[in-house]
Amino acid sequence: MNRLSYLIGRLVKGVFVILAIGVLAFLVIRLVPGDPVAVIAGKSGAVDAEYMDNLRQKLGLDQPLVVQLGIFLKGLVQGDLGQSYRQGAPVSAIILERLPATLLLTLSASAISILLGVLAGAMAARRRGTWADSAIGTLALLFYATPLFWMGLMAILLFSLVLGWFPAFGMVSADMRYEGIRHVLDVLHHLIMPMTILGLFYMAVYARLTRASMLEVSEMDFVRTARAKGLPESYITRRHILRNALLPIITFAGIQAGHLIGGTVLIETVFGWPGIGRLAFDSLLQRDYPVLLGIFIVTSAMVVIFNILTDLLYTLVDPRIEVNK
Amino acid sequence: MKLLKIVAALALTAQIANAAEPTEGGTLRLIAQPEPPMLMLGLNQQGPTQFVAGKIYEGLLRYGTDMSVLPGLAQSWTVSEDGLVYTFELQNDVVWHDGEPFSSKDVVFSLSKFLPEVHPRARGVMGHVKDITAKGANTVSIELNAPFPAFLQSFEVSSAPIVPAHIYEGTDYRSNAANETPIGTGPFKFDEWQRGSFIRLVKNDQYWQDGKPYLDEIVFNVVPDAASRAVAFETGKVDVLRGGDVEYFDVQRLAALPDAETTNAGWEFLSPITWIQFNLRNEPMNDVRFRKAVWHAIDREFIANAIWMGFADPADGPLPASSPFYKENLPAADYNPDKSRALLDEMGLTPDENGVRTTVRYLSLPYSETYIRMGEYIRQQLREIGIELEVTQTDVGGWAQSLGQWDYDMTVNLLYQYGDPALGVERAYVSSNLVKGSPSANVSGLDNPKIDKVLSEAGTATSTDERMKLYAEFQQTVVDEAYFGYLVRVNFPTVYKTKVRNLVGSAIGLNDTMADVWIAE
Repeated sequence: MNRLSYLIGRLVKGVFVILAIGVLAFLVIRLVPGDPVAVIAGKSGAVDAEYMDNLRQKLGLDQPLVVQLGIFLKGLVQGDLGQSYRQGAPVSAIILERLPATLLLTLSASAISILLGVLAGAMAARRRGTWADSAIGTLALLFYATPLFWMGLMAILLFSLVLGWFPAFGMVSADMRYEGIRHVLDVLHHLIMPMTILGLFYMAVYARLTRASMLEVSEMDFVRTARAKGLPESYITRRHILRNALLPIITFAGIQAGHLIGGTVLIETVFGWPGIGRLAFDSLLQRDYPVLLGIFIVTSAMVVIFNILTDLLYTLVDPRIEVNK
Repeated sequence: MKLLKIVAALALTAQIANAAEPTEGGTLRLIAQPEPPMLMLGLNQQGPTQFVAGKIYEGLLRYGTDMSVLPGLAQSWTVSEDGLVYTFELQNDVVWHDGEPFSSKDVVFSLSKFLPEVHPRARGVMGHVKDITAKGANTVSIELNAPFPAFLQSFEVSSAPIVPAHIYEGTDYRSNAANETPIGTGPFKFDEWQRGSFIRLVKNDQYWQDGKPYLDEIVFNVVPDAASRAVAFETGKVDVLRGGDVEYFDVQRLAALPDAETTNAGWEFLSPITWIQFNLRNEPMNDVRFRKAVWHAIDREFIANAIWMGFADPADGPLPASSPFYKENLPAADYNPDKSRALLDEMGLTPDENGVRTTVRYLSLPYSETYIRMGEYIRQQLREIGIELEVTQTDVGGWAQSLGQWDYDMTVNLLYQYGDPALGVERAYVSSNLVKGSPSANVSGLDNPKIDKVLSEAGTATSTDERMKLYAEFQQTVVDEAYFGYLVRVNFPTVYKTKVRNLVGSAIGLNDTMADVWIAE
């Protein structure tokens, strides 16, 4: 019951956070110079003033900013994100169409980065000062410091152009019309490169975090006690050190999950992945305010949800933490 | 040796046979870049929309690479002697992609109702029209208020796409659900669009030209990164690269691949020109000596060869050299910085201790790397003669707004000329188009009654000789006054796999229907 009421409280707070982000995002977007009607008109060749006025009226851009904000918030409360200026379609449909691609990429990249990162970090911590520790540390630094888009381009050159192992762009082979299991394999074939590049970057972070956290925990009294009791080292590492060292990792994973949704613009661009990171970028260039706002709302909702999940996960990993505190 | 000759002769014969006899089938893989916002060509005429939707929709006429008028949905046409009445005879047995028959009703609806409401360019052209009537199911007659010879150049598919009356009449055009699944008369039908990923069109089996199209499908891949697009072509995942798909410094390398070919054809209708745009309202841009000083500080040959990598020619005036109205031997804007300095001295703009005579704002056009390099070159050249550019960096949206609000001193722009000067060129020069808010209007603030008069007469004169004379006068005036700094005429290169045949067959190039394109395997 405790957990349920806590959850409801957090969700209510989350709704207000999202509304506040909505207002802020609305105002910030309008601070950026650029008029959507001018962008549309600029691409069309000759345009007369009457045409532009009509268009402005159609899009509701002739209203005072406060009225526009009111219309946006009213829609938001009712779950209506409005219509795209450019595509004329509902924003929610546009975002929903692109969200699965981003989730597939980010969740799979997260999974391998957490799995491999924690393993590598644990190994480095256990073999502190050995060549394995140095190798892991150096590689982690390398992956962390190299710009993602550059790694992506180099991977395309090597694995697509030279070796021909993986496709250079996209999520499906559009000209092949695969169905069923062939389609799934086709998507996986396209997924491997962007997932790995994105995963390597975060893997580096997890490895460093895990190593530092484990070394800190392994100095603590209860670990010394466990060793004194004569427990096997691998058991101590697994049950005592790693479990206690996981808390900062979970915290980071929670923050990063929200960040990943919006933070994949570069990878999505380099690999032509049809996700919402790129949708956001395109919408910004086109001054498609409703789509841009919709993406802000969806992304912030994700962050709120992941934060709640993180907090719940704490209580599972560490029974000393109670939800209502 | 003899055997070798026979083999060579056989190979040659085979090649000729191959060229002459199109084979059916296959998928043509293209790139749509950037991804079009929609495919309803009547509502959106952005470059990528024209490229994709030009296979779905058709116009009444097409234009050859020599700008000759060719049949489209109209099989023939006549113009009355007084230049006022245009009569179009439509093709027989044309059906819309949903199976409904096409008729003169659709043409009348498109030209008199749909396009004037939503299509900015068609709106201007249809302003010349007094009356449009259907004379039976297959004939349309259009009467003009006054002679307008450019009218016959106004029916290419993106200028006046014919849309289905049975779907749009009596609806709110912009929110019509059919915009998602466009219905046209063209050789390819809309099949599937996975946003951010690809657009697929399939063969229209009921196309009015018997035996066409040859291709089964056309797939437009969305590949947002220029380097990835180059790799996609190299690895054979796409068959064609349009001008602008890859940076010009990559084109030569890709064109040299063993299975690739290049053409500059297919841009005759748009004939793009880049120029320096001055804001003539502001000092010192309002002084012809300043503008001439800028002209002489810039080496157009360098821009054409080193920045556009040879895919451009130096421009000496406002019209494309391919235009029938092009005036030869205009005074050349020779590269001569000493002349520039003398002109600035004459204006009283003397260098300060840092060598700076004056500082003006420069609005950077961020279309691609090439435009950014062009901006850097101009800045460097003007610094040589003591003009310091204060560069404003922005994205295309910000650039368009500043331009539309006349909030700039100097910028670079790219103008499409749409066939006849009365359609594409005039808009940047006449005072009637001094419209604030639109980046494609007369944003430089040019207000010269002499130019207004000459262009108005040239636009309505019925004799070609008379028009030539008037446009010659126009060209002389704008070059003498240096209202714009003409830089280069761009010859966008199309790089394609050798197996793709008949790729460019008209003045709109890759934007055309592709009914004649086939793949030799």
